[in-house]
Amino acid sequence: MKPAPFVYHRPRTVEEAVALLGLPACKVLAGGQSLVPLMNFRLSRPRHLVDINWLPGLDGVEWDPDQGRLRLGALVRHQVLATHPLVRRHLPVLAEAAGHIGHWAIRSRGTLGGSLAHADPAAELPAAMVALGARFCLRSQSGERWVDAGEFFQGLFTTVLAEDELLTAVEVSVDQSARWGFYEIARRVGDFALAGAYARRRGGVIDLTWFGVGPKPFTVELQAGEAEAALEQVLQTAAEDVAARQWAKVAAMRALQRAGR
Amino acid sequence: MTEGANQKTTAEEAVEVALEVNGTVTKVLVPSRWLLSDVLRHRLGLTATHVGCEQGVCGACTVLIDGVPTRSCLLFAKAAEGLAITTLEGVLDDPALQALQEAFHRHHALQCGFCTPGMLLTALAMVRQQVPAEPETIREYLSGNLCRCTGYQYIVEAVAEVLQAVDRGDPAGSPALP
Repeated sequence: MKPAPFVYHRPRTVEEAVALLGLPACKVLAGGQSLVPLMNFRLSRPRHLVDINWLPGLDGVEWDPDQGRLRLGALVRHQVLATHPLVRRHLPVLAEAAGHIGHWAIRSRGTLGGSLAHADPAAELPAAMVALGARFCLRSQSGERWVDAGEFFQGLFTTVLAEDELLTAVEVSVDQSARWGFYEIARRVGDFALAGAYARRRGGVIDLTWFGVGPKPFTVELQAGEAEAALEQVLQTAAEDVAARQWAKVAAMRALQRAGR
Repeated sequence: MTEGANQKTTAEEAVEVALEVNGTVTKVLVPSRWLLSDVLRHRLGLTATHVGCEQGVCGACTVLIDGVPTRSCLLFAKAAEGLAITTLEGVLDDPALQALQEAFHRHHALQCGFCTPGMLLTALAMVRQQVPAEPETIREYLSGNLCRCTGYQYIVEAVAEVLQAVDRGDPAGSPALP
C-alpha cells in the first residue's frame, strides 16, 4: 500500500501551476484526503503531482456586502468552512453540511476545491454548490472561465474541468429570503452519505437537492404543501432500489422539515 | 535485460525533505512518494505514530499539524514541509498528556494499545481546544480514531474525566487522584 513513483511540483503562482498541468498524467494535490488514499491503493498513479497548497490567496473567505456574495477560495479547508463566522452568518446550511464531512482530522486537511473537482456523488459539498446556485472559477493558461455548479458536475466522479484547468474559487450569491434545511443519513458519523438532501424554501416553492442518490447531485422543484406526494413520484424513478428510495425519502423529508414545510 | 525491464529497475530519485517535527527541523532524503507516516517511523525513528489502514480511515497515524489532528498516512512528507508537526513523542512532558495517560490507565481505555497514540493526540487537541465534556461531543471528536478492543466506552470516560477537570480549571487538566 504505497503510492507509485511520481514527480512532485510546488508552484508558487497560479500561472506556474496551470502551466504544469500540461504535463503527462498530471494530478493536482490539494488536501489529498481523497487522492492520497487512491494513490496508496494505486487506483490512481499520476506521474506528476502539482501541490497547490503553496499558492497564495486561494484560502480566503470573503463577503461582498454590495453584491450579497460570498467568495470562497479553492483551498478553504472543510473545518474552516464549518466554523468560519462569515460562512456561519451568511450560509449556515453550508457550515452545517461541512461539519458532516469525514472526521475532524479529515476536515482539517480536505479542501473545498478538492472535493468539488473529485465530484464524489455521495459528498456533501458538490450538492451544496448545486443547491446554492454557486459558480466556479476555472483557470488555465488561456485565461479563466466561470461555470455554474449545475453544469460543472457531469456524472460519477466526472466534471467539465479540463485537464489543464484549475478550480480556484467559488462564488455564492446569498438569497436572504430563502429558508434552508439539510439532512444526511450515514451508517456512522463521518461516513459518506447513504443519502442526503438540501431543501431551499422560497415562498411556496421548495427546491430539493439530493446527494448520494444518483451519479451526481440533482434538484427537483416541489410546491409547498404537496411536497410529500410529489416526492414519492420523483423517487420512483430517481433511486434504483427500495432501500435507496427510503434513504432518499427520509433525507428529503427531514430536510423539508428543517426548511419549514 | 530488456530496455523496459531496465527502466523499471532504475533507482528512484530521492528529494530533500526538511520537516519540522516536535520543534526541530530535520532534513531527510527520500523519494517524493514517501508518506509522512513512513518518514516519521523509518527515518526519524518516531514509532509512536502507528500505521494501520494507510487509507485515512483508522486514525492510528494521527499527528498534530499546527496543533490540529491530521492523518500522516494521507500526507506526503514533501508536502508537509513548512508545517509544524507534533508526534506523541513531542508532548510526553505536557501535563495535559500525562493527565490523559493516567486517565486512560485508570479507566482501562486501552487493551492492545495500537490505537492509543492516535487517541491520545486527538484527545490532547480536544483538551487544548477545551471541547465540552459531553459524551456525544467526545464521541464525535473521537470518531476518526478506531479502536477494536475497548468498545470506546472507557475511552470516552477517560477523556471526559480530563475535559471535566479542565472545565473546573484544575491545573493542566489533571484530575485529583482517587
